[in-house]
Amino acid sequence: MIANIIENIPGLVVLIVIIAASLIPLVGKSRPVLAWGIAVIAAFLSFIMSLYILNVVMTTGKIRYWFGNWEPPWGIEYVFDPLSAFVLTLVSFVGFIVLVYAKKSLEAEIDPERITYFYALYMLFIGGLMGVVATGDIFNLYVFLEIAAIAGYALIAVGRRREALMASFTYLILGTIAAAFILIGIGYLYMATGTLNIIDLAVILPEIYQSKVVLIAFAFFTVGLSIKIALFPLHNWLPNAYTYAPSVTSIVMAAIATKVGAYVLIRVMFTVFGPEFELTVVHVTEVFLVLSVVAMIIGSVLAIAQTDIKKMLAYSSIAQVGYITLGIALMNVTGLTGSIMHILNHAIMKACLFMVVGAIVYRTGITHIHDFVGLGKKMPYTMAAFTIGALSMIGMPLTVGFVGKWYLTLGSLEAGMWYIIPVILVSSLLAVGYLWRLLDNIYFKQPENASELKTVKAKEAPLAMLIPTCVLALLCIVLGTFAYLPISIAEEAAKVLLRY
Amino acid sequence: MMEFILGKYNYLVCILLMMIGFYAMIAKENLVKKVIGLNIFQTAIFLFYISVSYMEGATAPVVWQGQEGVLYGNPLPHVLILTAIVVGISMTALALGLIIKIYQEYGSIEENRILELNQLEEEQNLKRAGR
Repeated sequence: MIANIIENIPGLVVLIVIIAASLIPLVGKSRPVLAWGIAVIAAFLSFIMSLYILNVVMTTGKIRYWFGNWEPPWGIEYVFDPLSAFVLTLVSFVGFIVLVYAKKSLEAEIDPERITYFYALYMLFIGGLMGVVATGDIFNLYVFLEIAAIAGYALIAVGRRREALMASFTYLILGTIAAAFILIGIGYLYMATGTLNIIDLAVILPEIYQSKVVLIAFAFFTVGLSIKIALFPLHNWLPNAYTYAPSVTSIVMAAIATKVGAYVLIRVMFTVFGPEFELTVVHVTEVFLVLSVVAMIIGSVLAIAQTDIKKMLAYSSIAQVGYITLGIALMNVTGLTGSIMHILNHAIMKACLFMVVGAIVYRTGITHIHDFVGLGKKMPYTMAAFTIGALSMIGMPLTVGFVGKWYLTLGSLEAGMWYIIPVILVSSLLAVGYLWRLLDNIYFKQPENASELKTVKAKEAPLAMLIPTCVLALLCIVLGTFAYLPISIAEEAAKVLLRY
Repeated sequence: MMEFILGKYNYLVCILLMMIGFYAMIAKENLVKKVIGLNIFQTAIFLFYISVSYMEGATAPVVWQGQEGVLYGNPLPHVLILTAIVVGISMTALALGLIIKIYQEYGSIEENRILELNQLEEEQNLKRAGR
């Protein structure tokens, strides 16, 4: 029995989340606590399983799991290599820890009768993202991407303010265009190769690199995925979606939704088409390089212009996506390692920062940064977590943000592109600009009129919210100080991707 | 030229439909029209998949007794498209549900009118906060 379960862990890790998603509305209809319990247990089990998978992958190598023992190309398989095991662990970890946080936050922000369904959608969202990471079949990947996306639109739309509806609708239209582009890309690939299995595609495609069908497929994939990850000129859906969604949705979307998009981009560019394709046939890396640089600068500048903290963090996400695609565009092991490390960094520190925002909203209901005066004294632990997250975003040494930026810098030197380094520096300085303004309000500014202060009634966030926030803040430091472990995994993943 | 059009007219029709849908999604102000455009766009992709697997004179992939070597169409794209249709339907259902909520909240489903209302509200909020 136990042996049976262990044998099937690569399949169960995603299934358990999706089963929980379908159980929750049945069991927890009138009892949101029960729904929460099921969700937390399923997410925790899934996290343990993904740790096990990561361990197996790092010690014995790639896992291929055939569903129902149907050998591909007839059946669908799950494939775990270092990159997918790494991202899977990250997704399930963030999914679990945000659920712990979600209980209190949702009670304050959402109508009580909707909470159970929120958990169901949330599990569907996490399950979809985990499926995207796990699957080894490119059409299956599209389906999981859509499961996650549809659940995501609904998760945004439950926001209290009516702007949430329009934000969700805009995201729906753009997200569907992106998904449709990916679907066309898959169709062209199938036309050219006759297979949908990613490993088979990687074998067949090099022989027909020059075919126009393959070129068009690649173009559709790139544009579709760029919308999904909100790369600079295609980022229009992101700020409003993050701003008006409930705090829990903002956390989980900002932390892992765009990261999984970046994972798919890396997977498609390096595993399906192969690094040779980008180097010799289409020079898409140059396009990515320019767009990343623009995104890093413009995202930070726009973040400075915001006065709503959620919108500010949303625009900074656009800048952070620029870092991730920069590492992809460098096309060397160091750069790609930096990119994967930045996926980790952004997931953890953005989740931490948005959790702090959620806690502030829970206690005071304010999101305007000029109202934050005095919060440092009222919510000391929460604000300490915010400070650590902010330092990690800036890239201070000893935080995980530094590791990612360090590898990106080394990578650009290795690629002979020294002119990228000032851009990284300027973007980090701009980040200091908008984060300092916040920290200044929180800690140092004296209130002009103490009675008009909006933070008078604020007190420390409840433990159920504080603990996940602090765990993430600690992780920012632990993973940055003892960076050996994540780097060894990321480097291994980058080597596999670039076929060294 | 004529040969190109006649030989590949199925793909040309797909592209035409795709562009019509795309135009509706981008240029129309009415949210329901946007959803209709989205459906046209998706249907064009479905037709594209189906026409890839079409073969002249082929039949369904069923083994008939006593008949071997029958020409049959590739069933896989059809199956894929069944899945994609399900995805498309859930997307449409969600979009229409959203539109109903939007209409209840704003009293309009014209995009520019809604954005105007959002802007007005934001300005009023700022004024109330005294900034």
